[in-house]
Amino acid sequence: MAITLSGDQSIPAPPLSPRLTPAQVWGIVLLAPYLLVFLAFVVYPVCYGLWLARAPSNYVALYNDPIFARAAVNTLIFLVIGINIKMLIALFLSGFFAQQRPWIKWLSVIFILPWAVPSIPTILSVRFMLNPEWGMVNHFIFSFTGDDGPNWLNDPTVALTMAIAVHIWKSLPFWTLILITGRLAISHDLFEAAEVDGASWWQKFRFITWPSMQTLYVTCTLLSMIWTLGDFNSVYLLTGGGPADLTHVLSTLGIRYLRLDQLSLAMASIVCAMPFVLPLVYFMMKRLSR
Amino acid sequence: MKLPGVSEFSWRDVATEARLLLIGIPVFLWTMIPIYHMFLFAISPKEDAFSGKLWPDHPTLHNFEIVFKQQHYFLRDFYVQFWNSTLIAASVGVLTLFIATSAAFSISRLKVPGGRMVLNLALFTYFIPAAFLAVPMYRTMGNYGLLNNHWSLILAMVTIASPYAIWVLKQASDKLPVELDEAAVMDGATTLQIFRLVYLPLMMPSLVAIGTYAVLLAWNEYLYAFLLLSNDREITLPVALGNFLAADDSPWELLMTTGFIYALPPAAVYYAFRRYMVGGLTAGAVKS
Repeated sequence: MAITLSGDQSIPAPPLSPRLTPAQVWGIVLLAPYLLVFLAFVVYPVCYGLWLARAPSNYVALYNDPIFARAAVNTLIFLVIGINIKMLIALFLSGFFAQQRPWIKWLSVIFILPWAVPSIPTILSVRFMLNPEWGMVNHFIFSFTGDDGPNWLNDPTVALTMAIAVHIWKSLPFWTLILITGRLAISHDLFEAAEVDGASWWQKFRFITWPSMQTLYVTCTLLSMIWTLGDFNSVYLLTGGGPADLTHVLSTLGIRYLRLDQLSLAMASIVCAMPFVLPLVYFMMKRLSR
Repeated sequence: MKLPGVSEFSWRDVATEARLLLIGIPVFLWTMIPIYHMFLFAISPKEDAFSGKLWPDHPTLHNFEIVFKQQHYFLRDFYVQFWNSTLIAASVGVLTLFIATSAAFSISRLKVPGGRMVLNLALFTYFIPAAFLAVPMYRTMGNYGLLNNHWSLILAMVTIASPYAIWVLKQASDKLPVELDEAAVMDGATTLQIFRLVYLPLMMPSLVAIGTYAVLLAWNEYLYAFLLLSNDREITLPVALGNFLAADDSPWELLMTTGFIYALPPAAVYYAFRRYMVGGLTAGAVKS
């Protein structure tokens, strides 16, 4: 059987008639399991949640809750500062890992570990490292300087910074990997030509690498921002929202309200994030479903 | 024996190599420290673990013995919880594969009416942060009477894993030539035969990648597991690990040992299937 791979013709759509062809019947049958899951576990919960959050009093209560305002600011810091730092490091490291060296190949295998292992044991490991009395970090500070180290997780600014660091530790390998594939797709001839012309590494980056990668880079940054909104583990497992509920982000705050049995407040806090999330989601869908 | 390259030794190469090492060493340390710290605790007796040493005076496997013999209050259901994690991860893998493969086949190969819209809806779900969906999902599972039942976690994870699975599988299906289906139809194959005999074998690499993705996602999940399951004999390992923190004097060396054991299977699976993961997932993850 010879199969020609040329051409991009697709099966002409059958005329829409009230009688479905057997293939279409099968199509509907095969699509049904996902549709059922979607209706039962996405549509129903979302509608139910919105219905719970319908009362304006919820939003007044949120507005008056200082923890909510703090969580919103923390989330913004997390997204705007944390993600951009992460993506810049990922962009830089993708250049490093694109170098052809046996030891760099081995390092890239190790580098993926944070992404491959589950987050809970490693985040708890970091949590203990930062323990002021028993943790390894303060032991080191003490043995080098003779001073007691800071109480890392007891200061809201430091604690949030550490949560961002944990987030970066966990997800940096994934984004680096994607940016590496983007980098390797650039034709090598361009770099050779630039080499002949005596271009500096910055000129090579500025005029070859960046123009071919900027779309991918922006897509990755936006996607990472959307997902980081849902990063519950980095904050919850490291600081638990503390000290004094000052390091919450929106995802942990929703769960906090839930555990306090204030479900409508939990939903309202999520609804408040939607004006920021939905445009990003819409933009991403436009980009990906072309 | 003369090595190639030695004769072309130059200070410029040494400088480049040194600069690369200057990046490589911090990257290595940054990556390994939390993992090494976990390993260190697992092989340290309690006194050594808390003394901040880089290597214990008396490395021991005693912690593993305690875990495997379930000799601690926090570990009395270790095997049951390990089994729960395994069972749930496997079920999520199988169910996601079933649902996503049929949907991708239906949308991509059978061009079912409305398939495009379903795909967009799935993509939309994929972008909504899972922690946001967790709140209404918790209440919904309560309404369905599934709280504290493994099915609640399985179904929740299938809901979260399917959109990406469908999307990646749909992309992969689109790359298969339509002539294959046409030829099979000529030979008198029914739709199901095409699905079973033509489509599934060709899709194997993507199916392996997606199955692995779903299994790892379910095994690693913490938030949904701790919301939906609470009974000590129903919870999965990550929830049990989180419960260690409830006590003021948590046995951290045992927590880290259990965590280490819990982290091994996904790491092993990831590295075993890395070839598929990198090819199948990163290509689909972000299209520039």
